[in-house]
Amino acid sequence: MSDAITRAHRAEWARVVASLTRRFGDLDIAEEAAAEAFATAVERWPADGVPPNPGAWLTTTANRKAIDRIRRESKREDKHKEAHMVYDDDPPEPPVAIDDDRLRLIFTCCHPALAMEARLALTLRMVGGLSMPEIARAFLVADAAMGQRITRAKAKIKAARIPYRVPSTEDLPARVSGVLAVLYLVFNEGYLATGPDTDPVRHDLTAEAIRLTRLIRTLLPDDGEVAGLLALMLLIEARRTARVSATGELVALDEQDRGAWDQALIAEGHRLVRERLAAGVAPGRYQILAAINAVHTSAGDIRDTDWSQVLALYDQLVRLDRSPVVALNRAIALAELDGPQVALAAVDRLEPRLAGYHAYHATRADLLRRLGRSQESRAAYDKAIELAGNTAETAYLTRRRDQLG
Amino acid sequence: MQYLISVIDDGTGPATPKEDAAIDVFNDRLRAEGHWVFAGGLAAPETATVIDNRGEEALVTDGPFVESKEYLAGFWIIEAADLDVVLKLAADGSKACHRKIEVRPFQ
Repeated sequence: MSDAITRAHRAEWARVVASLTRRFGDLDIAEEAAAEAFATAVERWPADGVPPNPGAWLTTTANRKAIDRIRRESKREDKHKEAHMVYDDDPPEPPVAIDDDRLRLIFTCCHPALAMEARLALTLRMVGGLSMPEIARAFLVADAAMGQRITRAKAKIKAARIPYRVPSTEDLPARVSGVLAVLYLVFNEGYLATGPDTDPVRHDLTAEAIRLTRLIRTLLPDDGEVAGLLALMLLIEARRTARVSATGELVALDEQDRGAWDQALIAEGHRLVRERLAAGVAPGRYQILAAINAVHTSAGDIRDTDWSQVLALYDQLVRLDRSPVVALNRAIALAELDGPQVALAAVDRLEPRLAGYHAYHATRADLLRRLGRSQESRAAYDKAIELAGNTAETAYLTRRRDQLG
Repeated sequence: MQYLISVIDDGTGPATPKEDAAIDVFNDRLRAEGHWVFAGGLAAPETATVIDNRGEEALVTDGPFVESKEYLAGFWIIEAADLDVVLKLAADGSKACHRKIEVRPFQ
């Protein structure tokens, strides 16, 4: 039974919140009523059985809860407001390019008038259905601070009247880049979940990020970065099942069973990458990252990987994105071509900016191991384990450390 | 729904004739599109006087209440359906008066 409720939560949360937001025009009411509907499901479904259409049951229940709440609260407030919200007599809205409530919810949560961290928190809460502690853990802030961030963002949406809609065609390109950034962060959190007591891979989040990116692609089929991000996500997702072992340990790219990769997703990702190449337009960040992943997924064996191609793509990426994380990943490709000594020198230069980042220490640890500098490698593994938040990754790093001679 | 669009001056000084002309064009558009409520430019911060009558007697002091490089140079009060409409207008308004602008909804 708890499985049925968990499944319904993953599948229906965003839909319920979005449809209530459309009807009541208020994120707080929508979220609280959705939460109450799920709480009611927890009470009722074990006794009554799972309804034939859980989504419809939840939406109807949430609608009732919302109306109860508005009636309760409006006893002290304006009666007209109650009438307006409870009797939905607004003329139907004109059709938009894509009539998806969830897409509107995303554009509302990712509005440029909100701070980036608020956009992310709000999207994870309202669209992804993550609990406040889960979001707080994912972004390493205290629960209370995360709660405040979400509350402030919702209050601003209400007070400043940030609209619940997909922006008009002319505004879309400018607004979509912020949405892509948020969706990529959601995907990454799903792919390498940070919490100590969540699954190491949260398929619900990666699937939702992919689904939403697909939606945005139907809206903007010619946007290279939308196609690029979708391809990138598909090519990473294709390796998901090979990435965690039966014992819950992360499996690095060089040790993965490539037969377990999802060939359909890889084919779709490759098709998108080729389509972007054929477009002949200078690629953006996501398109380059997708191309890198296309190279990795083209190799039937790690030894067949075209590392010079990977490095050339990283060189291209470095020109667009000067972040030290990009430089770190470039160094990993460099190690394959010019050896661990050269790569280690490049990695060490990033120390001032990446000292608090687990992947920096994990990369150093691996390079030091390959250079036979076991003692330094061990210290770097220790540091990486201390900083890593993902359970599967911690298990992997611990084994590698313990295998050192 | 009404919004206050504040014009923030960060050391550029009084508006030039070219900026004044652009602001006139923008104002005409606000009127034509039904957004206009009220607008005005403010004299320099040095002309401000602060009055505090929270205590026993009214205290009158010379100068703005806060010393800062940035100050309020003028404002529009507009009527608009939602923030997206305001953000577009504000972008054009910022171009017209050649200054930074802050948008805030009325309560």
